[in-house]
Amino acid sequence: MAATALREQLNGLVNSMFAEGLLDQQFQQLQMLQDGSTPGFVAEVVTLFCEDSERILTELTKLMDQALVDYSKVDAYVHQLKGSSSSVGAQNVKLACIQFRQFCEENNKEGCVRALNVVKHEYYRLRSKFETMLQLESRIQAYENKQQN
Amino acid sequence: MTVEAEAQFHVLAVDDSLIDRKLIERLLKTSSYQVTTVESGSKALELLGFREDQSSTPSVSPNQHEIEVNLVITDYCMPGMTGYDLLKKIKGSSSLKDIPVVIMSSENVPSRISRCLEGGAEEFFLKPVQLSDLKRLRPHILKGKSNGKEQKPEQQQQENNNNNDSSSISSGSSNNQSNKRKAMDAMDEGLSPERTRPRFSSDSLTVV
Repeated sequence: MAATALREQLNGLVNSMFAEGLLDQQFQQLQMLQDGSTPGFVAEVVTLFCEDSERILTELTKLMDQALVDYSKVDAYVHQLKGSSSSVGAQNVKLACIQFRQFCEENNKEGCVRALNVVKHEYYRLRSKFETMLQLESRIQAYENKQQN
Repeated sequence: MTVEAEAQFHVLAVDDSLIDRKLIERLLKTSSYQVTTVESGSKALELLGFREDQSSTPSVSPNQHEIEVNLVITDYCMPGMTGYDLLKKIKGSSSLKDIPVVIMSSENVPSRISRCLEGGAEEFFLKPVQLSDLKRLRPHILKGKSNGKEQKPEQQQQENNNNNDSSSISSGSSNNQSNKRKAMDAMDEGLSPERTRPRFSSDSLTVV
């Protein structure tokens, strides 16, 4: 059955994300919270996370472009991103944010610029896998809906 | 067996992060609570029908936004009114002071934790909050419901001992001082890096 093959693909993808450190145990918590009554929960949270992260990354880029960087504003945004990545289990992004905050504390511009690039890199890497994950999920859902009809 | 009415308890969750609001809502609903989420302390106070100088409960036309709440769970770091500020407002209000308040934070800062507990918070949860953390809510909600009854929170004692990865701290009632501060010994258990959860610690202030 096609849905089974898709499921296997999805599981494989998610497992590899855990193995690579892209995701941590918190993501499993999210998965556990999804059930029959809330089939779209993970997708919803993941989508929100991506939208929120991109908003923050845009702001951070603007702030870092300033001649005189306002580190407290930068730190506030990184703190937000660290929080949301921690909440969804986006481990690498979270770790990159922690590094970034260190540089903020030191008012180290070069360090911050580099750190921002690392955060972006980790985020986009994660986003692309999330996209695949959500596509697989919706294809599986489509099959399951067909079955029921 | 008394079918203690699975009367739904109503929890008000306060957090400026949309993602965290989604999460706490799901966690609470999964634990069979009725939930309302708001994004700020001031919205929370509005919902609770808070009045600035409340020496006596208002009898005249209650604020139509006023709802009955059995517990407030709030993030600590919020712009404007922090969770701590919200806690103090609630505890300082004659009509709201008996509502149990729990504080959540992504940062493990011992002085912050003590301050909140001393300010009247029942528990302090480290984010991300887990389903297992929510089990700790029940005794506080029940205590709030049957106000005035001497309730020995013995289930806390058990949970503290059994639940090794718990990172929540409870203030407890006066007759149970010993089990309160979650001991540092949990740190020595050599947990795997992925499962390391920040712990309340008196001798190390940095977690990550």
